[in-house]
Amino acid sequence: MSRDGRLLRACVLAVVGLGLIAPIALGLWQTGRAAFGILPALGRTEWTLQPWHDLAALPGFATSLRLTLVTGIGSTLLSLLLATGFCATVHAQMTPAASARMLTPFLAIPHAAMAVGLAFVLAPSGWIARVVAPLAGWDRPPDWATVNDGWGLALLAGLMVKEVPFLLLVMLSALSQIAVAQQMAAGRALGYGRGIVWIKIIMPQVWPLIRLPVWVVLAYALSVVDMAMILGPSNPPTLAVAVTRWFTDADPAMLLPASAGAILQAVVVALAVALLWSGEGLARRLGRWWLRRGGRGLSAEPGLWAASAGVAVLLAAGALAMLSLLVWSLAWRWSFPQLLPQSWSLEPWATAQMGWLRALGNTMLLAAATGTLSLTLAIAWLEGEDRGHRSRTRWAEALIYLPLLLPQIGFLYGLNVVFLRAGISGGIGAVIWAQALFVFPYVMIALSDPWRALDRRMLHAAAALGAGPWRRLWAVKLPILLRPILTAAAIGVAVSVAQYLPTLFTGAGRIATLTTEAVTLSSGSDRRITGVYATLQAALPFAAYLAAFAVPALLHRNRRSLTGAAAA
Amino acid sequence: MKLAALALSLTLATPALADWPQTLAAARGQTVYFNAWGGDARTNAFIAWVGAQTEAQFGVKVEQVKLTDTAEAVTRVIAEKAAGQDSGGAVDLIWINGPNFLAMKEQGLLHGPFVAGLPNAQYLDLGPTSPASVDFTTLVEGMESPWRLAKFVFTYDSARVDAVPDSMAGFVDWAAAHPGRFTHPDASDFMGATFLKQALIELAPDPAVLQQPVTDDAFAAATAPLWVWYDALRPNLWRGGETFPENQSVQQQLLNDGEVDIAMSFDPASTAAAITQGLLPETARVFVPRGGSIGNISFVAIPYNAAHREGAEVVANFLLDPATQAQMQNIEVLGSFSVLDPAKLDAAAQAAFAALPTAPALPAVADLGPTLLEPHASWMTRLTAEWAARTTR
Repeated sequence: MSRDGRLLRACVLAVVGLGLIAPIALGLWQTGRAAFGILPALGRTEWTLQPWHDLAALPGFATSLRLTLVTGIGSTLLSLLLATGFCATVHAQMTPAASARMLTPFLAIPHAAMAVGLAFVLAPSGWIARVVAPLAGWDRPPDWATVNDGWGLALLAGLMVKEVPFLLLVMLSALSQIAVAQQMAAGRALGYGRGIVWIKIIMPQVWPLIRLPVWVVLAYALSVVDMAMILGPSNPPTLAVAVTRWFTDADPAMLLPASAGAILQAVVVALAVALLWSGEGLARRLGRWWLRRGGRGLSAEPGLWAASAGVAVLLAAGALAMLSLLVWSLAWRWSFPQLLPQSWSLEPWATAQMGWLRALGNTMLLAAATGTLSLTLAIAWLEGEDRGHRSRTRWAEALIYLPLLLPQIGFLYGLNVVFLRAGISGGIGAVIWAQALFVFPYVMIALSDPWRALDRRMLHAAAALGAGPWRRLWAVKLPILLRPILTAAAIGVAVSVAQYLPTLFTGAGRIATLTTEAVTLSSGSDRRITGVYATLQAALPFAAYLAAFAVPALLHRNRRSLTGAAAA
Repeated sequence: MKLAALALSLTLATPALADWPQTLAAARGQTVYFNAWGGDARTNAFIAWVGAQTEAQFGVKVEQVKLTDTAEAVTRVIAEKAAGQDSGGAVDLIWINGPNFLAMKEQGLLHGPFVAGLPNAQYLDLGPTSPASVDFTTLVEGMESPWRLAKFVFTYDSARVDAVPDSMAGFVDWAAAHPGRFTHPDASDFMGATFLKQALIELAPDPAVLQQPVTDDAFAAATAPLWVWYDALRPNLWRGGETFPENQSVQQQLLNDGEVDIAMSFDPASTAAAITQGLLPETARVFVPRGGSIGNISFVAIPYNAAHREGAEVVANFLLDPATQAQMQNIEVLGSFSVLDPAKLDAAAQAAFAALPTAPALPAVADLGPTLLEPHASWMTRLTAEWAARTTR
């Protein structure tokens, strides 16, 4: 390994260690201390379990916990089920490019914007109800809790609208590494039904490839705040929302039980992941027995169709939600039971111009900064691996996934305390740093596989022609990998735009982004202005994805092998 | 006690009235730094208008220091006092509210009493229980001058509702006749808490105790009828009273969507304003319970070390001018209700108010009924905690 390669690796490790792991660890430590009564700022310096007693005694605590478990675990398992069924049904009929095109809008739109749209589509006075109204003879909306319902069903559905496309994408990319057609043919020839082949042969191979993303989905669903505030129940809300409210309570003494709640949130995620893991072990044992029994069971087909129908309904609801954002932003009066606005206007865009221009500016600045930072770091990491001729160690993999598996609320409060001490809280720098904690992992995950799949013979040829490691990086790797690099950047932009809690906490509420504004406005009286912000919020990542498609096509228009997904 | 203090403040202040020409002379050429919450574009525009008027009429410029929180101005004055800067302070005039006023008054950070010395104070009702004399149960004693009125009102859609409840007690029957068509914001929200306070004032056996700091016994006695009333009301609320809108804005949206028939606000003009913004149907209207509703007045105060005290007094006086108040009440300008006592206005001033553009949804001052005093702040804390314990499972 060259000296310069070692230096690069050391640099990357130092940046990741100090910039990524240290803040999270310090944040967790601060939150953990407060959970056990240590909060010097309030003059609390003694270890005690009182915060936990206080937490358990808060009104609605048990309900909050139950809601979190039901919506988090329920949405993940249902999404997994639907995505699997859908894959089994349509995998043979759809090219990867077509499915990517279909899924991109759903992946690009931030959770908060999707939630705002769904809240309108599902509400008793919303779009679906307006379609039904003339048939059912409603002159006023029914008094049904179709959003913010006490069971969290609207939140569950909202999470699924975002999770199913993500899982589909992950599964489709995993399936590209498996000889599905041959195995299916062999299975069918042996008399197994299509669904059974899928369950017995394909899925056991897919699972190890999608295990980590499923954990990320599970952790996210259990600790989501913005979507739960908009679609979830409010009295009491889910645990993550309740904890966020306690952290921002006017009474600073609430910080102690809030910290206990934040730690509990982390424990809940850890337990849920452990549950999934043990479930996997059980399934492995039962599955082997089931496989060896050799049952042909043709009856899985209706299940597959039901799953596909479920996915179609979810995607349709998501598409309607996105459309409703745009329509609302162009409406003037749009009252129940009108299907379309009675009057249209650009007024919402004009009146809120000062606000959204500033929020858009902040959002773009943050996205550009975190995207560039994360991309540079990811490329440096991968290049360091290349030069060291090493593949990634398991602990390094775990390091990357850590910020995605830990609930944000678990360490963001503590992180902000650290930032406050360092005197950087409330500034744009602090927000960039906090967002990068979540942007970097996604960029890294998106870039790793294409980077490793790069045809090494190109590099050997370049080396044989006398190109050093830097020249090989600039002249060969980066141009060939332009498309996956831009895709990773677009994912980074989407993640950055969607960040709510990190922006809110470390920005001290002073850095207004499209997401923080959209979430705030969603509890206001003007759905049209909310529509403006949510539309922009969805448009920004979408534009980034478009650029990731268009730029390589344009730059490499005379390099046929580089325009397509050759390296991706 | 209250009366004695008031009398004292009046006697102390009276000489100032004679000095008014001197004040005007001293104020000429000053620039008043008006520290005011800057979150509302219409209010900011109104303050800019005030500055243009005072500059033209009295040679006093107004520079608005736009605050995100009034406490910022209080902190600045405290810091100046700590630094020994007892004159030439940076803050000349503050738009102030209850707790901040109490803090500044207790720490001797305010100039005054000066209100009775303002010529336009003659149009105010400064009686001992008038909202112009008591700010969140703190006696004003001439240390701050009123400028705009906030008053609790209900909004309803007249296209869907024939008869509205005429008292808080009446909401029980109304909701029983129209199940699911009424709700109130979550009591952790200011407006939700105000709804409960409004009911508490009407239902408490002895409303006078609400002006004192809360005690366990007083709370139990005063709120017992409230909870009986609420338990009867709640099952017929929107979504069975299991969930509540987060704040008044969300409830206004529910009213706009037709999910409920009644919403509430702390600004009698907000309904008319919302109609012009397309946020409520043209048929939305305002009502208050027969016995009146909770109100409070926004004040301006002058720090003890203000660099431009005379200019600040001129601005405070200008804000009380009937013409200024009429301009402020104009729905096309700010739509904030006048703090003046209509009975004390001369014919010309009354005509100015009568000539204001009206909107069908804009209530007349006479329709708003008496203004009830806010309970002591400690009641609100207890009330919201008790509500949360009762409704959150």
